[in-house]
Amino acid sequence: MYVAVKGGERAIGNAHAWLDEARRGDPALAELDVAQVEQQLGLAVDRVMAEGSCYDRGLAALAVKQARGDLIEAAFLLRAYRTTLARFGASEPVETGAMRIQRRISATYKDLPGGQVLGPTFDYTHRLLDFALAAEREAVAPAPEGVADPAPMPRVTELLAREGLMRRESRSDAEPPDLTRDPLNFPVPRAAWLQALARGDEGFLLGLGYSTQRGYGNSHPFAGEIRMGEVTVEFTPPELGFAIELGEIVLTECQMVNQFAGSKSEPPQFTRGYGLVFGHGERKAMAMALVDRGLRAEELGEPVDAPAQSQEFVLYHCDNVEATGFVEHLKLPHYVDFQSELEKLRSLRQEAGQ
Amino acid sequence: MGVLARASLGEIAGCLEQAPPLPAHVRLRGPEAGLVMVRGRQGGDGGRFNLGEMTVTRCSVRLADGTLGHAYVAGRDLRQAELAALLDACLQRPELHGALLAEVVQPLAARQAEAAAKLARKAAATKVEFFTMANMRS
Repeated sequence: MYVAVKGGERAIGNAHAWLDEARRGDPALAELDVAQVEQQLGLAVDRVMAEGSCYDRGLAALAVKQARGDLIEAAFLLRAYRTTLARFGASEPVETGAMRIQRRISATYKDLPGGQVLGPTFDYTHRLLDFALAAEREAVAPAPEGVADPAPMPRVTELLAREGLMRRESRSDAEPPDLTRDPLNFPVPRAAWLQALARGDEGFLLGLGYSTQRGYGNSHPFAGEIRMGEVTVEFTPPELGFAIELGEIVLTECQMVNQFAGSKSEPPQFTRGYGLVFGHGERKAMAMALVDRGLRAEELGEPVDAPAQSQEFVLYHCDNVEATGFVEHLKLPHYVDFQSELEKLRSLRQEAGQ
Repeated sequence: MGVLARASLGEIAGCLEQAPPLPAHVRLRGPEAGLVMVRGRQGGDGGRFNLGEMTVTRCSVRLADGTLGHAYVAGRDLRQAELAALLDACLQRPELHGALLAEVVQPLAARQAEAAAKLARKAAATKVEFFTMANMRS
């Protein structure tokens, strides 16, 4: 418990003035432009959009600047801003199979229709600091262009499903739950946890996903496919009655392929863990897919004994804005609480001493 | 509508310089920024789920003759949304349709198609050509 205390206005005002000054840094240097953040720190912007659960590159870049690069603080700012906007409705489900691919790789098939497309990746870089970036550089040469293949790029999971080796998703058009409107009531359906994971903290999900690989919820995953690119968002305004295109957003999708021993009613087959995130967020999409598969343990009749398989554990702790709120509230005055603890401790010691 | 939603205010305004002047309009609603919840499908092809929201700006306008125009565009550009709604109304007017299609919609669509094609060509340049190890050993 904490109590309201008055006072400190001057100190708070001065602290925020210092924050402004600290954010600006050395005034002899040019001020960082929001457009520069948006363009040149694009993956930070993507992460803030994903965890802020609001796709708007300009707003996310502004949040990164305002938060001085603290990405959880930036996600918090974006979440706060979104509460000021009315919701017009929900889009049609995005068609990731028709994604305009910038990157698409599979670790399960070398030759697959559409091929392996690396895209703008850190993979195969040597992770050596590039001091050329610290110096004034000449304009960067445009990336080479090849001959685009107009052939469609089917999902790897679809190739397996056609052979009957991959458990098919049940396609339903039921209205999904929305955790921003309705509280979580456990157990929740998969639609609810996918929403929670999509806005969940990358670091937390990365650690949990890693734990499933290390034996806490044995899942034996393969990266069936990772794809990143633009999808068109369609929306049906009530006054029009037909779907119109709102524009494009960049998404990263990961399909993890996992073993499944089969059951009385189903033959042995592969199952999938699914990750889908705003922007270019491959690590997050992969971690999300691992955790999604972990959370499906109960549905697939597997033992539920690892953290990544527990809905309550994962969903109550994956949201960094919520977690930050509760962890950081410890900074608020707990003077009365602590005073009572002190008195209790003193009296216990006094009794023990008598 | 998709073409106007993807174009920036500057791009649309640039095209309008060549087009006949647009008639006066009144705003019926907006322009106002809001959100649309983006949905995905579980596993890519299963049941729906809520992925997260995106900012969208909408606007509805009416021309003097009563023609209505609507626009919903990604982002928060109020003037882009209003211009898109106005163009939606004007494109329904037979006397303006041809000129606006030729001067605004088609050039923007062509520019967007070229940008998408350029991205596809860059992606194609990063496509892996495998050598089979069997041949290298023999």
